[in-house]
Amino acid sequence: MSTNVAQFKAAAGRVTADTRQRQFIRTALGNYEIARDRRKAAFQSWESARQTAATTKWRAINHLDTHLEQLVAKLEARGTKVHWASNGVQAREIILGIVAAKQARSIIKSKAMTSEEIHLNDALEKAGFEVVESDLGEFIVQLRGEAPYHIVFPSMHLTRGQIRELFAKELGSTSTDSPEELTMVARRVMRHKYITADIGFTGGNFAIAETGMISITENEGNARLTAALPKTMVTLIGIEKVLPKLEDLALFLPMLATAGAGQPLTCYNTMYAGPRQPGEADGPEEWHVVLLDNLRTELLADPEQRDALHCIRCGACLNVCPIFRNVGGHTYGTTYSGPVGSVITPHLRGLQDWKHLSGASSLCGACTEACPVKIDLHHHLLHNRRNAAKEKPDFLERLGYQIFGIIAGDPVLWSLAKKVGWLTQPLQRLVKGSALDPAQAWTKTRDLPAQPLESFQDWWRNRA
Amino acid sequence: MSERKKILARIREALQTAAPRPGSHAEPGGKPHTGLTPGGIAARSAGHDPAASEARRWLPKVGGSFEEQLALFAQNAADLKANFQLFASWQDLSTALGQLRDAENWQRVASHQAELSSQACAALDRPVCWTDRGYDVLAMEQCDAGVTECDALIAQTGSVLVTSRSAGGRALSVLPPHHVVIARRSQLVADLPAAFALLQAKYAPEFPSMMSFITGPSRTGDIERILVLGAHGPKKLTIFCV
Repeated sequence: MSTNVAQFKAAAGRVTADTRQRQFIRTALGNYEIARDRRKAAFQSWESARQTAATTKWRAINHLDTHLEQLVAKLEARGTKVHWASNGVQAREIILGIVAAKQARSIIKSKAMTSEEIHLNDALEKAGFEVVESDLGEFIVQLRGEAPYHIVFPSMHLTRGQIRELFAKELGSTSTDSPEELTMVARRVMRHKYITADIGFTGGNFAIAETGMISITENEGNARLTAALPKTMVTLIGIEKVLPKLEDLALFLPMLATAGAGQPLTCYNTMYAGPRQPGEADGPEEWHVVLLDNLRTELLADPEQRDALHCIRCGACLNVCPIFRNVGGHTYGTTYSGPVGSVITPHLRGLQDWKHLSGASSLCGACTEACPVKIDLHHHLLHNRRNAAKEKPDFLERLGYQIFGIIAGDPVLWSLAKKVGWLTQPLQRLVKGSALDPAQAWTKTRDLPAQPLESFQDWWRNRA
Repeated sequence: MSERKKILARIREALQTAAPRPGSHAEPGGKPHTGLTPGGIAARSAGHDPAASEARRWLPKVGGSFEEQLALFAQNAADLKANFQLFASWQDLSTALGQLRDAENWQRVASHQAELSSQACAALDRPVCWTDRGYDVLAMEQCDAGVTECDALIAQTGSVLVTSRSAGGRALSVLPPHHVVIARRSQLVADLPAAFALLQAKYAPEFPSMMSFITGPSRTGDIERILVLGAHGPKKLTIFCV
């Protein structure tokens, strides 16, 4: 068993036994569902909006090359410096190069999953720079030395008591339990950081090819400040984030807010078209946009799963997933967790190492139904299972199914197998759940239903 | 070969095989779809893309009359915990501004020089940190309120559209703890598609470097998903319309 699988199983076991945390997550996500349903109902047609959004993304991805060239030409025309990175190593080198050239000391960051993907904070800190996450949830998990629990709600697993203790220890703040006062503690710490930081770092939600803009969605105002005060701004964005036209945002912004957090619109939706322009009061003197591939083109090369690149990282599939709700975000051990993470991680980090995530699903399809851009998530989990088995067959598994096929295909053998099964049942009960039990994987935590003497087939034949 | 060329080459290689249109239930594979050749992008820029113009039909409904849109904006602003008021005259607005200043004991405000914001600052009668020709960030941070104009008010969402050109730069609308927007009633637009059309008509191709839809005061739910206003941006948002 690979270490990833062992880690997943151990963590899943630990979290599912923690009923307090599960209850906590369930309450938070239950409230989300109520708000989301209310916002969805306000649409004249949420289903048509999904279809339009999916088609728009499909078109955007089908012409990704031309859209990217258009985006870059427009960005550069306004004085923005564009960099291309094939992988995480290159992206880190580019960003470290900018930071070093500016002789920067401190970097203020607004939330960016791409930076988690390339482990940017580690690289910057190792190179001796101070990095501060400004999104409150990200700031909290950074202080704890953890990865985000959820791509939209990074600190949703923590109680206010845990955050109070954390702030008391790390920031020396006076103890308070009120979310409002705890937020104000972070606000005060961060104000100083915005003003003194040399570099403001952001991610991006959409890139508009037509007009050469990066659109950033946030609630707190931290990205607005990050993009306003430091002299240099750096934005790291995946190449798949392109939308053809500015007016496409009229649909995508409210859909992202509705699917992601049950809001009509996120508090700040900001389009950036360049560094500070002549006659403007403020803004960075330099803006660097780093376009990241990092195996996205690998996913693009698989037409069956290409629609996974439509993902707008709203987190809706995580919120409704019965597996995510019970095993939690950290169990996945990946940057992107939940159904979409289980679909794309094998492409981004190796199929054999991450195929177990495709098994962490009840295939109920709640994710596919929740997805605002109609990614066929639960079928892609099946595609990953199929591809993994095709690429590296498991001989024991294969042999087992072959034997089962022979027995099930032969009425005499089948009826014999049923009799043997019935006769040996009492023996199985003696070793239930132990290593001697052939059904141990199931019986360790569950009962095996008793096999009746008369099968359905017998009953049907004998019915009067 | 540069990384740019390598990435674009990988994309072109990958797109040799077509993916089925969403919802078509077609099998993947086959020739790249021909519905939109690269030249098709230019056609869409000219407004032939059905997807974008469809948005208005699916988004939340907005009434056609000014009264309906005003009522919707007021309702949305109230839901967002923003303070929205429409005044019959400039005199009434400046009286209300004075009351706000006194209630919150404003000592200093930040603003930019434009017709409405300058008039508002004159009415407030407090020292002003003007952003127009550059400003001291620490001085702005000490201000009790930031007074700006805007580009539009959006009835559908209760949002205020500001840009670095219309609202005194990037920081003025987020750094001070109270953001006060002074708007004209003619700036009310129905919905998001109308707001994007306005941006295009007003600015293209020389867009301001920042354009932002502000939908209520700054907020977070990162602690136990409980709503707290004023995470990093303003704790209060006031929209005075005349």
